[in-house]
Amino acid sequence: MTATNSSNVILDINNLVVGLGRKADAHRIIDYLSLQVHEGETLCLVGESGSGKSVTSLTVMGLQQKGMLVPSGGSVKLVGEELLTASDRRLRQLRATRMAMIFQEPMTALNPVVPVGRQIDEVLRAHTDLDARARRQKILAMMEHVRLPDVQRIFSSYPHRLSGGQRQRIMIAMALVLEPKLLIADEPTTALDVTTQKQILALIRDLQRDHGTAVLFITHDMGVVAEIADRVAVMRHGRLVEAGPLQDVLRTPKMEYTRNLLSAVPSLVPRAPRPETTEPVVLEANELSKVYRERSLYGKAREVAAASNVTLTLRKGRTLGIVGESGSGKSTVARCIVRLIDPTSGGVRLAGREISDLSRRLLQPHRQKIQIIFQDPYRSLNPRVTVGESIAEGPINYGMPRKDALARARELLELVHLPPDAISRYPHQFSGGQRQRIAIARALALDPDVLVADEAVSALDVSVQAQVLDLLDEIQRRLGIALLFITHDLRVAAQICDDVAVMQHGRVVEQGPAAEVLTNPQQAYTRALLDAAPGRGWDFANFRPVSEGVVATA
Amino acid sequence: MLGYLIRRILAAIPVMGVVALFVFLLLRLTPGDPAAILAGDNATPEQLDRIRTSLGLNEPIYIQFYTWVAKLLHGDLGVSLISNKPILEMIGPRLEPSISVALATIILSILVAVPLGVIAAWKHGTWIDRCVMGLSVLGFSVPVFVIGYVLIQVFAIDLRWVPVQGFKSISAGFGPFFERIILPTCTLSFIYVALIARMTRASMLDVLGEDYVRTARAKGIGETGVLLRHALRNAAVPVITVIGSGFALLISGVVVTESVFNLPGIGRLTVDAVLARDYPVIQAMILLTSGIYVGVNLLIDVAYTLLDPRIRY
Repeated sequence: MTATNSSNVILDINNLVVGLGRKADAHRIIDYLSLQVHEGETLCLVGESGSGKSVTSLTVMGLQQKGMLVPSGGSVKLVGEELLTASDRRLRQLRATRMAMIFQEPMTALNPVVPVGRQIDEVLRAHTDLDARARRQKILAMMEHVRLPDVQRIFSSYPHRLSGGQRQRIMIAMALVLEPKLLIADEPTTALDVTTQKQILALIRDLQRDHGTAVLFITHDMGVVAEIADRVAVMRHGRLVEAGPLQDVLRTPKMEYTRNLLSAVPSLVPRAPRPETTEPVVLEANELSKVYRERSLYGKAREVAAASNVTLTLRKGRTLGIVGESGSGKSTVARCIVRLIDPTSGGVRLAGREISDLSRRLLQPHRQKIQIIFQDPYRSLNPRVTVGESIAEGPINYGMPRKDALARARELLELVHLPPDAISRYPHQFSGGQRQRIAIARALALDPDVLVADEAVSALDVSVQAQVLDLLDEIQRRLGIALLFITHDLRVAAQICDDVAVMQHGRVVEQGPAAEVLTNPQQAYTRALLDAAPGRGWDFANFRPVSEGVVATA
Repeated sequence: MLGYLIRRILAAIPVMGVVALFVFLLLRLTPGDPAAILAGDNATPEQLDRIRTSLGLNEPIYIQFYTWVAKLLHGDLGVSLISNKPILEMIGPRLEPSISVALATIILSILVAVPLGVIAAWKHGTWIDRCVMGLSVLGFSVPVFVIGYVLIQVFAIDLRWVPVQGFKSISAGFGPFFERIILPTCTLSFIYVALIARMTRASMLDVLGEDYVRTARAKGIGETGVLLRHALRNAAVPVITVIGSGFALLISGVVVTESVFNLPGIGRLTVDAVLARDYPVIQAMILLTSGIYVGVNLLIDVAYTLLDPRIRY
């Protein structure tokens, strides 16, 4: 599988330069990149956001934004044929027949107004002379091949009727129906739940083995890399940092950047548990339920229980994680606890005071005791308000004089390691990680007892994620704040939580100390979740498989 | 689908009921005696009495409304005060010119505006795009009657390609019919084209940035297929909405255009009725145009569900 014989090179990128615009001195998005993908091999292209990995894949396909991203040097050869100078017509012929691509977001990658069968059919109509009957047969066979159930029904279904995993299978069927030599997969499992991700990765690997396809797999997730790669190429700022066989890169990375990238990956092995405390309980959720009623004028009302009978306890200075897949109800619980939405039944006690049935007005004085940080720092800060105003707004609402509130904002910015001059700047002048720091400072401005972090590090690159997690840890130690941490990422949960509650279909299926739940799960669902976590066999930060670590410390 | 259609039609009934009530009260709530308003300033007391009895004005108001609606439902729109003819008979022969011009305008506008919008979006930022947008601003800014007189001057008077004004029924042959409605249609189309082209361009620009358009290109489909099969159908919903709400514009445009081109349509009938204070005719025209507007919106809603499978019915 790691044959380097030059005769079976499928994709050969040589000194590729892609500039931003046509000018000779244009900023280079891709800067003299060279890599090769061989027949039957999976090359994982790894890098943080902005490293140029997606631009590389789009340039190979000829799908880069015309006029914006201009390949100005080097060559890209597909089975010996130069792509950079190929005509649009030739590129169209090659797409789907020689090279195909699947994308990150299966939810938006399919045309919502065309049945999925017809979307696959378009590939065959564009590139083959088969008649309608033969095309349909070929498509149904392909759909079975990607392990879709009930293919006759799905053939004529619209995308919105299918789950994310099913849509990604349709994308894969569409990409592989003409057996291309090269498959480019651009973060194909990033938007999927871990259990679905596991199935899709297995599917791509099996199809590749059966057809000898060369796969260029783009990802930011080292876990996925460990699962699927034969070779790994690390990119940063449009340049190749290092490339080599999987084992070499994971065990003995040569470059500092690769070492740092691997060290930042949180371990799935829970951190050493902190001693139990007898600090007072600051937050209690008691049999909390949220039921959504879909009212319909003519039909029967439909009830959906987003959360049912959730009971949680959080002590001062501790961190409780709620983990689960999308739709498990973890965000609903967080929002009920902060009273952004009203629970249908059950209670929430904040510092000993029941708040679930307080009116909005009576709730007001209690709001400052519990604050929330959201997932997407690009959308959770008002773009037209300065950072200082955003942070000071809360204290001002609670009666603090403006001057004092702004002074407090300055202190908080220092606490989250941002320069004091950040106070008069606007959110767009900061990176994602810095914005999340601002969001944390804003939440802390009210001196809350409880900080709720709803997927607060999910949108960040691993290295930035590690810094933000460190920051939260530091703040907790300094201020004794209690953290309710909502995440889908078991690695993050293992590194930050004292206790975890695992949720599925709106219910807590397992709850207990993180060190126990994540190493010795009692419930089948928790086991399935842990089992599906990509790269669970690797201890990336120590550059060795987990099994070797156990032997070493035993 | 059929159930949805029936529900939508049922939902249109209360809307029309409110319109009918408003139209009814229009006359009753105007200050002064409706009979005096209807009869005009020089009416004799006998004339007033006769009008009162004929309109049932001596009855309680809810009975008046009931009898009025009952008559409406039997197709009795009342009698014109000026010509003393049943209003239904007055409207009948005037429908053909108005409907011909309105339909021709919609068809022409869509045929011209949608391709213009698509091309402008596809060639976004180029001179083609700027030309289309410039034309669109022009279409918005120039009043309908100005466009009408310019077209008459150029094509009817200077070039003598078509008659200046008038109307021939389609039963008299397509040629004469066509050469008389072509100028009014073009006149009316200007603003409609501007509106639809703008919306098509904006909507297409949104859609062309979507992931599924990239997927379509990645499949190796030609640009035409990408634009028409993948982008345009997704861009259609806002465009259809504009076509529907632009219909109100069209109704007012028909009134002006018919005056400019001397077409014997319902627009002219309305103008004449307003000038003569022929209240029953005005009432009938409000009811008619409201009915058409409600009907068009119903069609638009049905079109949504046909275009987008995610819209549930």
